[in-house]
Amino acid sequence: MKVSILQFPGTNCEYDTQHAFEQLGATTEIVWHKSDTIPADTNLLVVAGGFSYGDYLRSGAIAKFSPVMKAVKEYASQGGKILGICNGFQVLTESGLLPGALKRNESLHFISKHHTLKVVNNDNIFLENLSEGDVVNLPIAHHDGNFYIDQAGLKELYANDQVLLKYSDAQGNDKNPNGSVDSIAGICNKEKNVFGLMPHPERAMESLLGSDDGVKMLLGFLK
Amino acid sequence: MKAIVNVSLKAGVLDSQGKAVQHALDSLHFEGVSDVRVGKQIVLNIDTTDEAKARKDITQMCEDLLANTVIEEYEIELIK
Repeated sequence: MKVSILQFPGTNCEYDTQHAFEQLGATTEIVWHKSDTIPADTNLLVVAGGFSYGDYLRSGAIAKFSPVMKAVKEYASQGGKILGICNGFQVLTESGLLPGALKRNESLHFISKHHTLKVVNNDNIFLENLSEGDVVNLPIAHHDGNFYIDQAGLKELYANDQVLLKYSDAQGNDKNPNGSVDSIAGICNKEKNVFGLMPHPERAMESLLGSDDGVKMLLGFLK
Repeated sequence: MKAIVNVSLKAGVLDSQGKAVQHALDSLHFEGVSDVRVGKQIVLNIDTTDEAKARKDITQMCEDLLANTVIEEYEIELIK
């Protein structure tokens, strides 16, 4: 399995992501944003976290015009699997590959801590190794993680099983750290090949470091 | 020509910064402030004297990049 990982100026999670997928047996390649193609043998494309273009203007707003994004859109339209983590999620919403937008956290604070999340839907490759209602523990680290979508859009997300993860307490009850609509932490597109989430599964690969709940999630992509 | 673009969160989208500023004004005893919205201002110098063209171009810039119309609205002011 080949995992290609996008790198913009300011991306800072590409090597964590690379380490995580290699630990699971995948081969990886980091793709600089100036490339106008993505490797032909790519099985999964990851838009890694960080601060692309320093979050200038809005998180992800400038990255969406990087040369590589044309190839990313093509890859998505051909059914290629894409995972956007944190800033990668912001890039995917800005690009229109995922619905909604990510606003400044309601508290206005940068939040960096482990948070529990409830699996809302596992009828997709990303979460199929988990069960609906499972609670996982992943790190979150963001300033602009406050997911917004209007009521019509929200209804559509639920109708198409696109809501994947919600911030919760350890029992799975909604618990909202950042003001996200309906405590939503991760979604996918209607076709279920483009995934985005604010928490960092690639940073939850070792129980010694707080959690290895990311392993089951990332393994879903490596079948 | 100079153009000023003001971008702010749409009405109905919670503006946490605006709320924080409003609370700060309250605590400074400024009375009668019923709402505060915090936005951003982008100032452009453009090489045209054609106002209609400028407005059309900047509207496209706003739609493509300067604003995220899922959550934001924008106003364009042209100064000759």
